[in-house]
Amino acid sequence: MKLPSITFPAPVAKLLALLPQYPHAVLFVGILNAALSAHLRPRDLQPLHGKQVCIRVKDTGVEFHFSVTPTAFVARHRVPRPDLTISADARDFLLLGLRWEDADTLFFNRRLTMEGDTELGLFVKNTLDALEIPVLDIFRPGPEAVHIRDKNILRSS
Amino acid sequence: MSPDASMELVCPAGNLPALKAAVDNGADCVYIGFRDGTNARNFAGLNFDAAAAREGLRYAHAQGAKVLLALNTYPQAENWQRWQGALDQAAALGVDAVILADVGLMDYASKTYPGLRLHLSVQGSATNYEAINFFYERFGIRRAVLPRVLALAQVEQVVNHTPVEIELFGFGGLCVMVEGRCALSSYVTGESPNTCGVCSPAKAVRWQQTPQGLESRLNGVLLDRYEDGENAGYPTLCKGRFEVNGDTYYAIEEPASLNAMECLPEMLRMGIKAIKIEGRQRSPAYVAQVTQAWRQAIDACRRAPHDFKVDAAWSESLSKVAEGRQHTLGAYHRPWK
Repeated sequence: MKLPSITFPAPVAKLLALLPQYPHAVLFVGILNAALSAHLRPRDLQPLHGKQVCIRVKDTGVEFHFSVTPTAFVARHRVPRPDLTISADARDFLLLGLRWEDADTLFFNRRLTMEGDTELGLFVKNTLDALEIPVLDIFRPGPEAVHIRDKNILRSS
Repeated sequence: MSPDASMELVCPAGNLPALKAAVDNGADCVYIGFRDGTNARNFAGLNFDAAAAREGLRYAHAQGAKVLLALNTYPQAENWQRWQGALDQAAALGVDAVILADVGLMDYASKTYPGLRLHLSVQGSATNYEAINFFYERFGIRRAVLPRVLALAQVEQVVNHTPVEIELFGFGGLCVMVEGRCALSSYVTGESPNTCGVCSPAKAVRWQQTPQGLESRLNGVLLDRYEDGENAGYPTLCKGRFEVNGDTYYAIEEPASLNAMECLPEMLRMGIKAIKIEGRQRSPAYVAQVTQAWRQAIDACRRAPHDFKVDAAWSESLSKVAEGRQHTLGAYHRPWK
């Protein structure tokens, strides 16, 4: 399996960026709380407690603003300077989530940027890397999440 | 070369999935560190607590791989207990070897745990056989990791004059290569890599997009400014671009990765016992890709050293993940040597 090499066209980002971002964030944290919490307990994310994080999907213009409390991920309204902003195109977030691509490689290539509290960003990156199964496998249906192993991806980007 | 010549592939792991990726893709040894400044990759959320290390050892041993533990920073008088505790924990866990740099810790290890295999870390800065033999005679080290400053002809001199196994770096990010002696970041942050376990403490690093480009700063000091589309590097002082006499350039070191794969036949011939891959800070995806390429290369070289050629697919997968996206043989190749 191989991800197609697509980027959303610029008008998509312009259009979606005009929409309110809060509903996305509510949906996003809902998914996080439902799926991720079995593998990653909010109370283990102590350095993130009370911090505002922004995930910015560059080519779609969509931003997810959220914070973490000791019990849950919580949607937040956009603020001018979140504590941590992680930006990439949708496809690159997918590649990271599937563990098909290395975060530092994307960072060297300028496909992934991290602004704000760098230590917080490294904590997020390293915590996700340390999960037993890739983040996006967690969201796959079925009793047992399955590792996707496909070496074609080595030639995909 | 004898037909049974062995050469171990030693791969990095910053977490359990990376360790498993290394083992699954053919690493002979995986090196790890604890979650504190007792090793030189002390980043938030990275590394192993006792439970993860125990599971990593179980997984690796079940597949015939070894786990080495890096305790390769230098304790100070006020925090000696932490390093001593880490060494006690490593011995209790049953790691296959500890990788040490500090002489005091080496002394404690050799006296307290005479059965524990000791490796001299690259951070120990031993670049000649007299230094390595000193560690052998005093502490019984079994292996030394050579700093990346020697040409291959010099490496061979070392190999020929010591009973200690020699491990060489094969791949990964390069720095200014004064391992164990670099204090550069302490001038800006007050923390040196050898005592605090990190070149640029993340708490002092800031990335900011500005109209002039993407800026990296360390404790407020501008390290670099990248134009759109220009490759970025790690935010360390040694890889920054600075204005010197009116010119702005990499005044200390240009970001680059070592890739010594083409030297494999030569390294095998001279009796190098292990090839080390840099990158405990990297993700499981990196570990899997790099381990796979090097496993295939070492196997191919052992089968037919005289016909060994670097496969284009190996080079491509290694280039993709390299810092600076450029490869160098580093000091290994010095025509003038």
